[in-house]
Amino acid sequence: MSSREIVLPGDMLGPREGKKLGSGVYEENEKVYSKFLGMPRINENEISVVPLSGTYLPRFGDRVIGVIEAVEVSGWFVSINCPYSAFLPLSEAVDEFVDLQRTELTRYFDIGDIVFCRLSKVTKNKLVQASMRDFESRKLRNGVLVKVTPTKIPRIIGKEGSMIMLIKNRTKCEIVTGQNGWVWIRGDNKDKAIEAILTIERESHLAGLTEKIEKMLGE
Amino acid sequence: MENFALELIQNGKRIDKRDFMQFRNIEIKENVIGKAEGSAYVKLGNTQVIAGIKMGVGTPFPDTPNQGILSVNSEFTPLASAEFESGPPGENAIELSRVVDRGIRESKTIEMEKLVITAGEKVYSVFIDIYILDNQGNLLDAAALAALVALLNTRVPKLDADGNIVRGEYERKLPVVHKPITVSVCKIGDKLFVDPLLEEEAVIDAKLSIAFREDDKICAMQKQGIKGIEFDALEKMVDVALEKSKELRKLAK
Amino acid sequence: MGKKSDIELIVGGLRKDKRLPEQTREIKMKVGNIVSANGSAEVSFGNTIALSSVHGPRELFPRHLQESQTGILRVRYNMAPFSVDDRKSPGPDRRSVEISKVIRLALEPAIFLDDYPKVTVDGFVEVIQADGSTRVTGINALSLALASAGIPMKDLVTACSVGKINGTLIVDLNGEEDNNSESDVAVAIMPTSNLVTLLQMDGVLTKEELMHLLDLAKKTCKDIHEMQRNVLLEKYKGEE
Repeated sequence: MSSREIVLPGDMLGPREGKKLGSGVYEENEKVYSKFLGMPRINENEISVVPLSGTYLPRFGDRVIGVIEAVEVSGWFVSINCPYSAFLPLSEAVDEFVDLQRTELTRYFDIGDIVFCRLSKVTKNKLVQASMRDFESRKLRNGVLVKVTPTKIPRIIGKEGSMIMLIKNRTKCEIVTGQNGWVWIRGDNKDKAIEAILTIERESHLAGLTEKIEKMLGE
Repeated sequence: MENFALELIQNGKRIDKRDFMQFRNIEIKENVIGKAEGSAYVKLGNTQVIAGIKMGVGTPFPDTPNQGILSVNSEFTPLASAEFESGPPGENAIELSRVVDRGIRESKTIEMEKLVITAGEKVYSVFIDIYILDNQGNLLDAAALAALVALLNTRVPKLDADGNIVRGEYERKLPVVHKPITVSVCKIGDKLFVDPLLEEEAVIDAKLSIAFREDDKICAMQKQGIKGIEFDALEKMVDVALEKSKELRKLAK
Repeated sequence: MGKKSDIELIVGGLRKDKRLPEQTREIKMKVGNIVSANGSAEVSFGNTIALSSVHGPRELFPRHLQESQTGILRVRYNMAPFSVDDRKSPGPDRRSVEISKVIRLALEPAIFLDDYPKVTVDGFVEVIQADGSTRVTGINALSLALASAGIPMKDLVTACSVGKINGTLIVDLNGEEDNNSESDVAVAIMPTSNLVTLLQMDGVLTKEELMHLLDLAKKTCKDIHEMQRNVLLEKYKGEE
């Protein structure tokens, strides 16, 4: 197997030439440098670096998996695998009218419950708000959470979802991936699915990964 | 106020209208503490420090049986700044003590061999305690100067027949043979300046403190501040410090 | 101090451990040796061994320490009791408090702490065997640990010691040389941006000697930087 190109912090990626600065890079004197140990992504429009390791940083619009960590008067604090918790307001989570005087919010979500949600607001100072007001967001029941390096999630999903579809089809498991590095799995064959996901995480920077996973999961 | 200081310096000016290479007014008083074997008060602008020297008798360190003992300590007393808290010394106090210590120890300012009472058993110890009374910037230069002046007026106490110190009676002056002077050079962008005010210290990129002996040899250095320094700038900073050290040394008689 | 001139540390142009004046000891580097940490590294210069790990970015308590606009870096440098000839009593002493601070300042200019408001990045350096140049060994290790933890950085940070023994300017002082040196200088640089982020010196030097030593440090750091690069690339290349 051949390795893909890896860059280190401070490595020069090329002149900026009017390109957009993506994530993981910085500019100095019209030149663009890497902030991370990671893989460079350079095209005509944008220069960025995908880190090979690191803590998840919340971004607006990210679809994340969270664990309810506190129940407040009018919403929940959700742990999203990073040093910043997200606040999920009642109005962003429940459609029906709720009489706060009479209702315990634990009726909807209690501590330890797992939710799939979207980050609807992230301020500069990292105040994070989550929302479940779309059809994909939901409570995830009876599955297991697997923790992977957040930067490996795109590789687990694969091009247009090809990799995750492969695992879903071969293991018949239900799988939800959060961009924050948590993966939720439910199904009888979950051990196999977990093994495949952890293999992708470990070897995401190596070529020929799809073939290896195909072989591993069998027919 | 802090950004004001920064803006001024970038425009080649300072809050108190001083030249970049100009120290604030320095006032020195010697022998301010009668109980101490040596002492000095230094007022650098509004920064005030006292260095007091106490001498004792102790056992030499095993690796230096034929030398006296030197110890430098500093107290950032809560009265001097809202930032200082009581309790054990913080990292800034410890760093200051250790940089002053190195400037004196490494330059061989005190002839430590002449402080032996019985070789390998009994020696004089020299305790330098630096008290910060008011912090308005550039503590290190003020503290190092106070320590040197205090050492220069320190007297070695007499011993009685049993080898105990007789307080208030002295047999000779402390053998001080060099005059190390510490000068801190601050850097913001390509601007260099000396003797920072507290407001200026808050916005500097970097600071390099250098101790020079009277033979112009460097005897201690310490880089501080949140940013790196270009190699080219280092030499300029050394040159500035050397020049200013000659000026300050005239004050240490 | 008084012994300094008595000990012959260079004989026939060679140091006691058979090194040339400008030669470092054997340098070894490892990355990812502590799995419980977000990033880790082990670096040795001859008999000096420093372990380093990074935890975080993580939440910072007590809350009043938090900075709303930026993250903070905390560094703890410590020497193990068994790392030296005579047992060192455990816990922080004045020396380690100062060194922790200067290591932090050596790394801080290289980290984009603004990317992590309110939180802390905690870096730990444990010297498990000390034979001179422990702080620079620790800086090299912590820099590797930070990069492998995925902390956003402007540059790696590379460090070495230089100094003067028996009138000769040398690179990478071992413990005996350090104890008997006429001067020793600890230097850290950001090799790509060519910035000096640590500079501590004691002993006696002329300005010319200092400038020459800084040149030597720069050259040596270039080589060490290359090793840091290789160990990081090697680690993430996986098995071929």
